Amino acid sequence: MRFFDYFRQNKKNSASQAKERLQILIAHERTSRNAPEYLPQLRHDLMSVIRKYVPIDDESVKVQVEKGAGFDVLELNITLPDS
Amino acid sequence: MSKVIVVTSGKGGVGKTTTSAAFAMGLAKNGFKTVVIDFDVGLRNLDLIMGVERRVVYDFVNVINGEAGLKQSLIKDKRVENLYILPASQTRDKDALSQDGVESVIKELKNEGFDYIVCDSPAGIEKGAFMALYFADEAIVVTNPEISSVRDSDRILGILQSKSRHAEQGREVKEHLLITRYSPERVDEGQMLAVEDILEILAIPLLGVIPESNAVLQASNQGDPVILANKTRAGQAYSDIVSRFLGKTVEHRFLDTERKGFFRRIFG
Ligand SMILES: Nc1ncnc2c1ncn2[C@@H]1O[C@H](COP(=O)(O)OP(=O)(O)OP(=O)(O)O)[C@@H](O)[C@H]1O
Ligand SMILES: [Mg+2]
Repeated sequence: MRFFDYFRQNKKNSASQAKERLQILIAHERTSRNAPEYLPQLRHDLMSVIRKYVPIDDESVKVQVEKGAGFDVLELNITLPDS
Repeated sequence: MSKVIVVTSGKGGVGKTTTSAAFAMGLAKNGFKTVVIDFDVGLRNLDLIMGVERRVVYDFVNVINGEAGLKQSLIKDKRVENLYILPASQTRDKDALSQDGVESVIKELKNEGFDYIVCDSPAGIEKGAFMALYFADEAIVVTNPEISSVRDSDRILGILQSKSRHAEQGREVKEHLLITRYSPERVDEGQMLAVEDILEILAIPLLGVIPESNAVLQASNQGDPVILANKTRAGQAYSDIVSRFLGKTVEHRFLDTERKGFFRRIFG
């Protein structure tokens, strides 16, 4: 660690937090920006179907469309709770 | 060939009007015939920053509605050759800017031989902001080193890439990032996002960085675009971005604190 970095270290917190939060948020917003309009509703419906069988929380269902060459892929990612 | 450049941001109060005024004046100082248009219908402000508020007779909406001719509505700057201002209207009718109307004004400006048409966008992503960016060939995205401003810039970039006329025609709007109100001291203290952080997140080419500076307030008090204050850091930073925009290689300055420079020399 360089001498100067030592001074930076403990004070650096809030800006690096801002950066991390932005990276996550913007990545998310970019994928949903290009997504079809039905996606939020689809996600909502999927969640209620799954909840008939397993209790899951709101963040455990990810639905996104990946653009491929000549075709798009609907990607579902459902994390089940620890049993 | 004339070029349409939108100065946009999503978030309000980040420095769009300050930038539009300085940038347009800088282009004109470099010999290009330039017009700067205020798209902030209902909240006209560019006239004040340009110091021409007492010379406004007709405005953008008058021209669109055919109530006044374009030539009689353009205000010719008295400080710099080749610079014209088209003020916004103070009407409260938000639909006053029609797409056809804006297009015909831009067309006429092109026919008049303007090299650059600079569009000062209002904040938000509503109709006014959309009209300001729709016809753009290039965009200057003004961003403050602050979390909500960066997010809004990314949204505006998304709109430029999908809703602008260039996008509709399968072409790209050339994007430039302009970071304003930058404070190296606060970056050093870890309180403010650094230039590199913002670049990494938004991932578009950096046109320049304007430091936080009292000169901006002073310039607006006087009605002289800050680029005229050529002894100030903000004024010089704006001159630099104009040069860069025109293709010259100019090193970025005012990015480091004095203190950091000192430490870098010793330990760097
Ligand atoms: N580099 C700077 N240093 C200090 N103050 C600045 C700087 N740039 C802009 N400001 C100040 O920020 C405020 C907003 O600036 P400006 O009106 O240019 O923003 P805007 O993006 O056009 O706002 P709006 O979204 O309302 O149209 C003004 O008070 C201006 O003086
Ligand atoms: Mg403004």
